[in-house]
Amino acid sequence: MNINHHLDDATLISYSAGALSQGMALVVASHLSICPQCRERAEHTDAVGGALLESLEPETVADDMLASVLAQLDELPTKQESVPVTPIVMDPEIPAPLREYIHCPLDQLEWKRIVPGVAYYDMPWEGHGVSRLLRIAPGKAMLAHTHNGNELTMVLRGSFSDEVGRFCRGDVADLDDQIEHQPLVDSKADCICLIATDAPLRFTTLFGKLVQPITGF
Amino acid sequence: MKNRPPGEDVDNIVQLSQAEMASADWSDLLGRLAVKPDKSIYARLFNHFAPRVKAYIVRLGVAISAAEEVTQEVMLSVWRKAHMYHPDKAAASTWIFTLARNQSIDWMRKQKYPQYSLDEWSETACESGQGEQEVLSDRVAQAISQLPEKQAQVIYMSYFEGRSHGDIASRLDIPLGSVKSRIRLATEKLKQIWGGDEYEH
Ligand SMILES: [Zn+2]
Repeated sequence: MNINHHLDDATLISYSAGALSQGMALVVASHLSICPQCRERAEHTDAVGGALLESLEPETVADDMLASVLAQLDELPTKQESVPVTPIVMDPEIPAPLREYIHCPLDQLEWKRIVPGVAYYDMPWEGHGVSRLLRIAPGKAMLAHTHNGNELTMVLRGSFSDEVGRFCRGDVADLDDQIEHQPLVDSKADCICLIATDAPLRFTTLFGKLVQPITGF
Repeated sequence: MKNRPPGEDVDNIVQLSQAEMASADWSDLLGRLAVKPDKSIYARLFNHFAPRVKAYIVRLGVAISAAEEVTQEVMLSVWRKAHMYHPDKAAASTWIFTLARNQSIDWMRKQKYPQYSLDEWSETACESGQGEQEVLSDRVAQAISQLPEKQAQVIYMSYFEGRSHGDIASRLDIPLGSVKSRIRLATEKLKQIWGGDEYEH
């Protein structure tokens, strides 16, 4: 896969630190699962965590913890018995981390329509921001908006263009509040993206402001 | 060891581990555990890492009352998942850090922290030789200690307190963009350790 748009350093640090919301972490993990380049960078940001772990002043643990752990080791499943890998037929369109939450092909999801040509499917958790799949028809634009926080978008199908560039399957748009943009779908098929924000979006048009309460953005 | 009841050799193991701990190369030890289950090796890793894991997860926000239990779970998973560890891909501290992070978050959020499969590590080309990760790990620690205070602060707030960019911004009363640029500057310095001009954005 030819990936042209990658994760921001600041996003990778937050991911490694365990500081991302579920939705943001899901987009990051999904991109990492298909991008060797970012995966190597994530190994480095994880190593920052390892170095910091080493640097900590050790806490006292209960005297008997080691004994109790050792006593349990024999009962733990070993390599051979451990959790069998379930041979589920996988839709290659869905990145591995997303398969935890999406159990059917993207076309069979129960999409909820916002306006004609724009639909969404929410991830099963709540938070300050948004975490959902977004499906936009060719030639349609996402509503123009800016952000109070970060916005991460990964393209799963189709493509879109905005002020930053063109985004195709596998690419991530990693944006913050410095950017006002209006992504326009330029593929022949619908564009399906996994998106997450860590704060509500701010729509910049009157229409956007009107639909905001309805769409939950 | 198999024929003995569980726990019988505990006393010996504990003594051994106290004596030899200082000079041990943790990644090498964990690498040996990856190849073959061995309780005495495990005990040495436990004595070194369990107190640090506990210190980390308490900082991250796991309640004191649950810290022992979560530490124990993390250390059990070190044994259970040891066969997935590759010494040439990550230092032992890095690998144990990711286990501790994931399990703390699972515990705090009651949601699994989305992660790319550890199995996929084996797919990435292993360029560095064995032992090199350990050297890198020391250099990372040194580089972090040399970061300017404002950059170190955002790194610590991320890793030790699990704070999001937005959260750090409001804590420090600076714009979101400043938090991100401080983190990026810190990353630039750390990248020099990995010879990081290979990244293109
Ligand atoms: Zn990438």
